[in-house]
Amino acid sequence: MPVNNTPDGPVWRQRTQAQSLLHWAGWLLGTAVFVVCWQQISDATTWFFVWDAPRIAGDIWTRATPPRWEYIAQLGRPIWDTINIATLGTLLALFLAVPVAFLAARNTTPSALFVRPVALLVIVSTRSINSLIWALLLIAIIGPGVFAGIMAIAIRSIGFCAKLLYEAIEEIDQRQVEAITATGASRWQVMAYGIVPQIMPAFAGIAVFRWDINIRESTVLGLVGAGGIGLQLSSSLNTLAWPQVSLILLVILVAVVISEWVSAKIRGAII
Amino acid sequence: MLKLEQLEKTYRTGDKALTGIDLTVPDGQVLALIGPSGAGKSTLIRCINRLVEPTAGRVWLDDLELTRLSATGLRNARRQMGMIFQEYALVERLTVMENVLSGRLGYVGFWRSYLRRYPQADVDEAFRLLDRVGLLAMADKRADELSGGQRQRVGICRALIQNPKLLLVDEPTASLDPKTSRQIMRLICELCAERGLAAIINIHDVALAQRFVQRVVGLRAGSIAFDGAPDRLSPEVLTSIYGEEDWEATSQQAEDESEGAE
Repeated sequence: MPVNNTPDGPVWRQRTQAQSLLHWAGWLLGTAVFVVCWQQISDATTWFFVWDAPRIAGDIWTRATPPRWEYIAQLGRPIWDTINIATLGTLLALFLAVPVAFLAARNTTPSALFVRPVALLVIVSTRSINSLIWALLLIAIIGPGVFAGIMAIAIRSIGFCAKLLYEAIEEIDQRQVEAITATGASRWQVMAYGIVPQIMPAFAGIAVFRWDINIRESTVLGLVGAGGIGLQLSSSLNTLAWPQVSLILLVILVAVVISEWVSAKIRGAII
Repeated sequence: MLKLEQLEKTYRTGDKALTGIDLTVPDGQVLALIGPSGAGKSTLIRCINRLVEPTAGRVWLDDLELTRLSATGLRNARRQMGMIFQEYALVERLTVMENVLSGRLGYVGFWRSYLRRYPQADVDEAFRLLDRVGLLAMADKRADELSGGQRQRVGICRALIQNPKLLLVDEPTASLDPKTSRQIMRLICELCAERGLAAIINIHDVALAQRFVQRVVGLRAGSIAFDGAPDRLSPEVLTSIYGEEDWEATSQQAEDESEGAE
């Protein structure tokens, strides 16, 4: 915060002259990079297809409407599979995420030097790979089907749930833990009385939030053969059966809306 | 009887919180620990039940040397020392009853406590204590629904249900209004008298301490600056506990400011 003493009294500016010059140069550079990138992308784009896009989109729209309503009879089972993949995957993930979170949280880990890095590695590695890629890997290992989908969703969710949960554990009120410790409680009792009640709202929120995300993620797992409604979507796309595609998209939309509604209700009830 | 011998605590940052404290508290004596913020009052009582590990020195509770105990021995010893906290430190999302019963955790196994199946004798005692502090009707409420004074009463019940020999009380009234502060101090002192409990009460409010306790110990910069009856707390003594350093610091600051303005 530079203050300049002028004959008329002190003058204050947000930045010094050098800082504002640097700031200005930064913006200039950013704009230049943007323009260059724009040029590159423009050169690599076949503009004919882009100008053509509204016509093609309109064409697909006319082909896709009205949806083939009678196809819904074949969608009941796949959408049920999809919801099951999401729900069971989330449950499995939570089951595994809880111990990982306790090992990763600075205030509950048995060893900050050895155990904590391993737990953090589990969190980062499971989080960094998309569930679609996990599904591809798992299909190769355990074969196509719903089970591979559940495992893909579960593995992808461990890191997410454990990360949010360990952050909640690190933010607890340490005085409550201290008070329980002072009664002569054992390590496990301190956990059950001092820590668990404090993280329950966070845990419930995380569980419902992840379930909500997983409903959406599991709709595409079928694209690679891991069960659920994505299978129908991919076969309909491959055969250019646009009225079926539009119906499937509608069904997915309805399922996601319902899951959003359910999770909002549950979250409201718990917190 | 509680006895501290040359108790020292140096934090990892190098701050010396306690420097060679010698203190003896006979059975049944209620002692107020006064002193400026940062004098080491909280550290002192936490070194007794080893929520903070002392760096050197010894602490005896009757014949038991607390500073030499293993983890299990320490857990058993902590049952004999009830603790009451400044911000109550209740488990906010548990009920009043669960909070009171948590004082029995040192006596009950994990699964019994986890499933909330405490022995009936403990539950009876919890009801008796809640009745004694006037909160019987609140037993089923969640702790975060109570007012400050009510929460501190629950904190007192949690400490007493341990059936302790000693109460360690850390700023019990710091977050309470003046009237509630008096009520809480009176309650603590009455309960100590009823049960013949010794207590160490950290307290900021000197007038409140003088009113209720038999002995006052003044702590300054980690060592004892005063030890005597509350009526011996003259202005000179208070200056020696809180005064001079603070005065110097304040005048120093005032000088700096006047220099800056020039």
